[in-house]
Amino acid sequence: MIFAVALTPAVVVAQVDQSPINLPSIDYGSILPAVVLIGGALLLLALGGLSRKRPAPGTYALVTIVTAGVALWFSFKLWDQVDANRARTTIADAIVVDGFSVFFMVLVCATVVLGALLADGYLRREKLEGPEYYVLMLLSASGGILMAQANDLIVVFLGLEILSIALYVLAGYYRRKPASQEAAIKYFVLGAFSSAFFLYGVALVYGATGSTNLGDISGLLRERPFTNGVLLAGFAFLLVGLGFKVAAVPFHMWTPDVYQGAPTPVTGFMAAGAKAAGFAALLRIFFSTFGPERLDWQPIVWAMAVATLLVGSVLAIVQTDIKRMLAYSSISHAGYVLVGLQAATDRGVAGSLFYLLAYTFMVLGSFGIVSLVGRRGDEQHSLDTYRGLAARRPALALVFTVFLLAQAGVPLTSGFLAKFYVIGAAVESHSYALAVIAMLAAVIAAFFYLRVIVVMYMSGDASAADGAPEDPIRVPVAAGAALAVTLAFTLIVGFLPSVVVDFARNATLLRL
Amino acid sequence: MSEFLRQYLTVAIFAGAAVLMVGAMLGVGRLLRPVRPQPQKYLNYECGVDPVGVGWSQSQIRYYVFALLFVMFDVEAVFIFPWAVRLEALKVFGLVEMTIFIAILALGLLYAWRKRVLRWV
Repeated sequence: MIFAVALTPAVVVAQVDQSPINLPSIDYGSILPAVVLIGGALLLLALGGLSRKRPAPGTYALVTIVTAGVALWFSFKLWDQVDANRARTTIADAIVVDGFSVFFMVLVCATVVLGALLADGYLRREKLEGPEYYVLMLLSASGGILMAQANDLIVVFLGLEILSIALYVLAGYYRRKPASQEAAIKYFVLGAFSSAFFLYGVALVYGATGSTNLGDISGLLRERPFTNGVLLAGFAFLLVGLGFKVAAVPFHMWTPDVYQGAPTPVTGFMAAGAKAAGFAALLRIFFSTFGPERLDWQPIVWAMAVATLLVGSVLAIVQTDIKRMLAYSSISHAGYVLVGLQAATDRGVAGSLFYLLAYTFMVLGSFGIVSLVGRRGDEQHSLDTYRGLAARRPALALVFTVFLLAQAGVPLTSGFLAKFYVIGAAVESHSYALAVIAMLAAVIAAFFYLRVIVVMYMSGDASAADGAPEDPIRVPVAAGAALAVTLAFTLIVGFLPSVVVDFARNATLLRL
Repeated sequence: MSEFLRQYLTVAIFAGAAVLMVGAMLGVGRLLRPVRPQPQKYLNYECGVDPVGVGWSQSQIRYYVFALLFVMFDVEAVFIFPWAVRLEALKVFGLVEMTIFIAILALGLLYAWRKRVLRWV
């Protein structure tokens, strides 16, 4: 009896729901840079999948550079709009167009252009050429832009995943090398774990405030600041998730292994693009949204900044592999950006942005040189390889010296001003201890940067001694152009900082 | 305890009751049932068929392509169903958006096909 009832086909009367749907108005102009990047990626994918014969070498890189260039141009157009009409939110308040997001659009697009220039020669040398590298880089960059533009925690998470998943694959792009595979797996497992932390933080913040929209949350907190356990736990989880992405201590363990194992241009792109996007989300969520609650999160960020500065600088000293050393140095750079965040003032954020801008170009240039000196096989990264480099390749050694000095924060380079601004912001907000520690870390860090310079200039040629025939270092034109741009930026900003400083200072966050 | 956390008390009580119930049923069963061990009773259960080989044997990695494709089309269907139900309300805008969405997925499938991922090796 029961079966008979269950088997009787239910008569479903199709009811057509006639109520209209209120679609949010979509301002396509505001998301154009990300759309252009995705479009370029799809174009490359179609090119790689459909064309039967291989295109001329360099075609993929060219398409990537043109795409990122167009996205860059649209970003600058958005900058003019933001200047004229002030900041605004769009697409049901999920996307925000302010100076801050446009700043990161410009930064990420520039990273893609330079990354493609550096990758072109590398991929040809290692016989890895294919559209996939560029497709993944473009998609990853679109995720980074989305993270900077997001005005909703869910959208931040979407951007984070789009950025990360492409990077996991990129880290394993040199698939013949076990180290590269290991880097990919390690990055993927730990990255997925940190994404889960981030998502849990989103859930807790939603539980405490009743919204995932950053504007709504900040409005609620400004109106009636409240401290409850759920909200604080949410802060902590968000900080863990984003701290992993920017490689802040104690969430830095993956950095040396992944940076060392990944193909060197990917390492450069990861160190520049992923870190910038992570800090974009960190600054927007913590400074702009959770600003009224700053007394609750400032001490944690303070402790993270101190740990990041010291661990990064001290552990870099004992490294004998240049990629590992630069990985630890990038950890300590993250510490300086955290110093700017800890200040939680407009000046602190402007300092952090300037630091990220200067750092992006320094680190791309540094890893560009490392990828050239690594030679065929991308394996010669021990400090000994650099012994006597100045005698063999004086120009290359000189350029590398400039990048290392800039990272050390020597005056007349962009790195000095970057450190100056964040430490100045820390002093202004009365974080004297942190300012002192940051300067101390800079002194410690100077040691290992200078050691590389000493090795390059003042020690004998290692390869000449053992008499082995040497694989000469070749500098492809594209990589040379990328190095010239990064070098020019580092020096020009060091001499004439005013242009870029204004750019960073005007890149203010939208206040809702 | 805050009101927010108190709401979760129900969940905790429910979880405790579940653990207690399972424990009680298995415990009472153990006390009541006769124990007559036979080797067949200690085999792993595999839908009634006698298990072949060891539990740690390798499985075919080739199946992952099918798993990936399944997830892809599954998610596609999840988005298409609500769209199809409300197509009249969404009008041309919805049609264009869905066309773009399907075109992107189709491009991915085309790419996989051209890279001979779909061939059984």
